[in-house]
Amino acid sequence: MLRFILTRLGLVVPTFLGVTLLSFVLIRLVPGDPIEVRMGERGVSPERLAELRHELGLDQPLWKQFLDYVGGVLSGDFGESLVTRNPVLGEFLALFPATIELAVCAMLFAVLVGLPAGIVAAVKRGTWFDHGVMGASLTGYSMPIFWWGLLLILFFSVQLGWTPVSGRLGLMFYVEPVTGFMLVDTWMAGDWDAFRSALHHLILPAVVLGTIPLAVVARMTRSAMLEVLGEDYIRTARAKGLREVRVIGLHALRNALIPVVTVIGLQVGTLLGGAILTETIFAWPGVGKWLVESINRRDYPALQGGVLLVATTVMGVNLLVDLLYGVLNPRIRHAR
Amino acid sequence: MRGIAGDPDASPRGTPSPQPSPRGGEGEGGTPPHPLAEFWHHFRRNTGAVAGLVVIVLLAVVAVFADVLAPHSPIAQYRDAILVPPVWQDGGSWTYVLGTDDIGRDVLSRVLYGARLSLLIGLIVVTLSLAVGLAVGMTAGFFGGVVDIAIMRLMDILLALPSLLLAIVVAAILGPGLFNAMLSVSVVVVPHYARLTRAAVLAEMSKDYVVASRVAGAGPLRLMLVDVLPNCTAPLIVQATLGFSTAILDAAALGFLGLGAQPPTPEWGTMLASSLQFLQRAPWVVTWPGVAILVTVLAFNLLGDGLRDALDPKLKR
Repeated sequence: MLRFILTRLGLVVPTFLGVTLLSFVLIRLVPGDPIEVRMGERGVSPERLAELRHELGLDQPLWKQFLDYVGGVLSGDFGESLVTRNPVLGEFLALFPATIELAVCAMLFAVLVGLPAGIVAAVKRGTWFDHGVMGASLTGYSMPIFWWGLLLILFFSVQLGWTPVSGRLGLMFYVEPVTGFMLVDTWMAGDWDAFRSALHHLILPAVVLGTIPLAVVARMTRSAMLEVLGEDYIRTARAKGLREVRVIGLHALRNALIPVVTVIGLQVGTLLGGAILTETIFAWPGVGKWLVESINRRDYPALQGGVLLVATTVMGVNLLVDLLYGVLNPRIRHAR
Repeated sequence: MRGIAGDPDASPRGTPSPQPSPRGGEGEGGTPPHPLAEFWHHFRRNTGAVAGLVVIVLLAVVAVFADVLAPHSPIAQYRDAILVPPVWQDGGSWTYVLGTDDIGRDVLSRVLYGARLSLLIGLIVVTLSLAVGLAVGMTAGFFGGVVDIAIMRLMDILLALPSLLLAIVVAAILGPGLFNAMLSVSVVVVPHYARLTRAAVLAEMSKDYVVASRVAGAGPLRLMLVDVLPNCTAPLIVQATLGFSTAILDAAALGFLGLGAQPPTPEWGTMLASSLQFLQRAPWVVTWPGVAILVTVLAFNLLGDGLRDALDPKLKR
């Protein structure tokens, strides 16, 4: 088991370095001198330019600049935002809870709806329910999610007035940010109106963001269940006279869940990518929206740091999923 | 779904041939049907896939004949017809069947011309990423060792980032524009083809015909292109078809974020970006480009699924 963990960890390190290099190189490829971008229109004298370049370490050879950057990253220094002059890591961490809250709720929605849908679709294979679920899933991941979000806003917020259009909390509420998770903070403060408001604000973005994971989970659950239901031990269980609910719920589901859990974990990358679009539409103050704004404002250190941080999060979650998969499926961890 | 009860076309003699197509094989000396006939026989049973194919053909027709089919130019602005609703609503007219946008451009014409752009995007992205992914995957699978490890590490790095994020970063660097958006999306998708090709190559490499070819003195290039590649095509075809969907969706996302095609280009995603402010007043500006994207991507996904089912030998039962 330890060997398995160490091997997986060992694979992550070069990938992490590679991603750091990638974001470093990509940002360096942006046309325009970074100092001149900072100085803006005023222009800068050649001596001052040389001074600033030396200060920022830009006159060092590229490989040395990269090593400095990696050193900084490992000690938590991701640079400063060009626009706000705040440390990039600080800005990221301030906005990250909003994105996590959204992503977690989206994933909950996807699993709570997708898992049962997939199971029932597999059990009732070939019926209208099965076709309906598969058709809906296919439609779900064929839609551009920014359009889906706009449609839902149009219907639920504008026409029906059931949900608010943007933001995390009604403007009339103020809650002391303890964890950064609005639902948790309002709960802890005991402010039930604010809690309901936070919930209302969360519903539509979570549904929009969770649509694609929902489709994937439903499909994956269905195909995993179909595969398991065809196995001999299921036939044995039925032959023994066990109740159908027990056969499906206990024997089939447990084994079908293994690939499903992996798929759920791997959706994190999709969620963080989709969060970019969802947060833009719903004006949700999270990391995705911040990244888009950084691009528009040409805030390259923020973009570089943000991309690296998001990639690190995704790699971390993928690593956890890998390890979890090893725990769940003994064949994997004893493979060597 | 496919029936399990047994194939009505099966030969009454019970010969152990693969599902004989109704067109050939039966009644003769047991010649197996042409692979294309066999493929079509499976494919056409999948109504979704056939529907997808029909829609795609229609889209291709629209794309080619947009000049003739569209009632107006996609960039012509009619200043006296700003935000006109579609014909079935109050204030609509048959001049602008689906209504106009905020600067008086006909929505229907823009959607029709957008089909041309979307199909072009799909074609270019898939061709580019397939070519690069194939080359990279074959090199990795064929040469193995350090080359393989280095290439796969690079692919892992590209896959570590959420695809939209990577596309956004590359697009931010290259600058806005349709062609740059296509390049960014291609870069993002290359690792998928590379992995697929490498897996297929590795599977084929251990087979006897490759060994035989090598013993006969074939060089690596010949082995790659002539012997191994033709046998890897099935999963690649499926992935390429599904790649159309990804390309169109990602390019639309980039357009929506302002990083892809720029106005007045009638790309469906870009059309959605500029219509955000009119959500309440003029929902038709938002609806139709999105419907177009949905229908197109759905068609490609159905086709891809159908191809996968028809080409996958394990499912041929």
